[in-house]
Amino acid sequence: MTAMPIVKAINASLRTALENDPKVVIMGEDVGKLGGVFRVTDGLQKDFGDDRVIDTPLAESGIIGTAIGLALRGYRPVAEIQFDGFIFPAFDQIVTQLAKMHARSLGKVKLPVVVRVPYGGGIGAVEHHSESPEAYFAHTAGLKVVTPANSADAYWMLQQAIQSDDPVLFFEPKARYYDKGEVNADAIPDPLHAARVVAEGSDLTIATYGPLVKVALEAATAAAEDGHSVEVVDLRSLSPLDFDTLQASVERTGRLVVAHEAPVFLGLGAEIAARITERCFYHLQSPVLRVGGFHAPYPPSRLEDEYLPDLDRVLDAVDRALAY
Amino acid sequence: MTVESTAGARKAPGAAKKAAARGSTKTSGSTKTRGARAARNAPAKPEIVQLLTPEGKRVSHPEYSIDLTSDELRGLYRDMVLTRRFDGEAAALQRQGELGLWASLLGQEAAQIGSGRALRDDDYVFPTYREHGVAWCRGVDPLNLCGMFRGVNHGGWDPNQNNFHLYTIVIGSQTLHATGYAMGVQKDGADSAVIAYFGDGASSQGDVNEAFTFAAVYNAPVIFFCQNNQWAISEPTDRQTRVPLYQRAGGFGFPGVRVDGNDVLAVMAVTRAALEHVRSGNGPMLIEAFTYRMGAHTTSDDPTRYRHDSDLAAWRLKDPITRLRTHLTDLDAADQAFFDAVEKESDALAKRVREGVRSMPDPGAMEMFEHIYADGHALVDEERAAFAEYQSSFVDSEGH
Ligand SMILES: Cc1ncc(C[n+]2csc(CCOP(=O)(O)OP(=O)(O)O)c2C)c(N)n1
Ligand SMILES: [Mg+2]
Repeated sequence: MTAMPIVKAINASLRTALENDPKVVIMGEDVGKLGGVFRVTDGLQKDFGDDRVIDTPLAESGIIGTAIGLALRGYRPVAEIQFDGFIFPAFDQIVTQLAKMHARSLGKVKLPVVVRVPYGGGIGAVEHHSESPEAYFAHTAGLKVVTPANSADAYWMLQQAIQSDDPVLFFEPKARYYDKGEVNADAIPDPLHAARVVAEGSDLTIATYGPLVKVALEAATAAAEDGHSVEVVDLRSLSPLDFDTLQASVERTGRLVVAHEAPVFLGLGAEIAARITERCFYHLQSPVLRVGGFHAPYPPSRLEDEYLPDLDRVLDAVDRALAY
Repeated sequence: MTVESTAGARKAPGAAKKAAARGSTKTSGSTKTRGARAARNAPAKPEIVQLLTPEGKRVSHPEYSIDLTSDELRGLYRDMVLTRRFDGEAAALQRQGELGLWASLLGQEAAQIGSGRALRDDDYVFPTYREHGVAWCRGVDPLNLCGMFRGVNHGGWDPNQNNFHLYTIVIGSQTLHATGYAMGVQKDGADSAVIAYFGDGASSQGDVNEAFTFAAVYNAPVIFFCQNNQWAISEPTDRQTRVPLYQRAGGFGFPGVRVDGNDVLAVMAVTRAALEHVRSGNGPMLIEAFTYRMGAHTTSDDPTRYRHDSDLAAWRLKDPITRLRTHLTDLDAADQAFFDAVEKESDALAKRVREGVRSMPDPGAMEMFEHIYADGHALVDEERAAFAEYQSSFVDSEGH
């Protein structure tokens, strides 16, 4: 067991993948000599060479399109999109090609491509550097979408994503990159697409993922001081979504708040609310409430604390749900 | 002309191939230039347009010339010094925590002032995020540029006030907007020109290549102005191209020219000629200003991880301001009093920027919900109201 920040855990995971499988290649803008703008790939080009850790031209459609080609040729590319807001030039390749080729070939073609995306806000950045575009991809059949919230998951979920024969969008909560956690490289990890109860409670469930897991845990602690027992579920996988774990939790607590940074309107929370309402109708003591971003462009950084769901916003939803 | 004319490019596919092969074997830009020049076996036209050498010596060029008054020369000097000073002040403000980020133009003053000062008021500029010198030429208040880097807005200025569009961070997008704008100019029968700035890195983006295609097939009056500052964050230009960038234009069917981007006279001469070219209905043109990013990519970047100080030292000798100063002195076009006055003026500008940035207020939280739609939107109204109520709940319960 070693304690390391998420950014190091991802680095260690990439290193393991490069060591274990000669078909794994890493590609993206500035991933080589610089080691990525967040240093996620620090030292990998030095140790594995520039034909395994590839600085690409500045073109996201090109990165994903050629990753698809490499995968067709038997490689397992791990492509980095430098920031969430820059995935859109690659949107076409991801949605129309990466997501669909397996189906179009009636299963003959497999595309084991991982697309790593630092996402989310809270780092005081200029526009396009703080977005949460995960719903667009979860909305697309053929893609899997996962997001770790701690170092151990960052390490293991990336291992599993790289081993997966399906394309996986791997969203990394960049505001948590430097949060430390234990990583046991000898552990037996949870399945990639399983949600996890990270705090147990009996009055209400908060379902969340990525950067907001920490906030939800703080909310659970704060609610406990007011005598409310809050359970927190880290969804971990957004497509597929582990509704069984969530259903079991909501059947225990009777209330659900879903929190994400992404805009609420047609976000993951909408799907979760609908499904859980179907599955748990007779257990619910309040409507499923959602906390998240507004139907507004991600604001200038001086306003991001107001925009992002924080402890108060989550507790406000908890209170409202408990008031029913 | 030191351009790749359409006809030339069509006639010599073999030569183009050879150029590509050369590009692939050479790594440094200057070696490439020499190699290409040697291979052009006839009347040695320099591949790069230069009118003022790094030592400040005035030279001539067979295609491009410029004749500026002492007043105009001093003006260019003043523009470059003030721009550099403002840029340095903004970088300092970032270190002091007053700005979240700054993208310095250090080293690129001549490319920006030379081109910016060639424009007419009715021309239209589409910048990246680094065009502080062009903004200066357009009369955009430097403080306006600081808003997005401070995080109080996403730009916020009125592009039509100075015909200077908002900064664009998503690499390459603005080249298409410039092309569309130019198509509109053309439809209006106006003789304005449009200029799109972009970087060497951006030249790889699909959008930029699509902009070249659209501009070419519609014969749009747009100049694509590439500041090849040799770096896209940590990636050198040979990660983006194996031919000199200006030669890309030939394949799209319009002329391209490479100019010494640290030579403000050459940049101005070439931009003037290009403006004349596009105004006269000859379609788009590509200018590659060969320059160097002397600073970090942005204040978040640490260039010591990927480049050597020795590269910097070589480029420091080509400084755009020093060479114009030498030229001014040689011409007796400026004396110490002038240089001192510019210095004083730049101190005043820095002070104004410092004080202006420090006193720039944060926007109110409710401003998040403003200007999302021109015609309003029910969901925004609903969320605005809910958020206002949520906020007032704090005032009630906590009394602030
Ligand atoms: C579509 C997109 N991808 C990635 C980025 C991140 N990024 C910002 S600047 C930059 C390099 C740009 O290089 P260049 O075009 O040469 O312009 P320069 O910064 O050198 O002026 C990158 C990769 C971005 N802003 N937009
Ligand atoms: Mg560049």
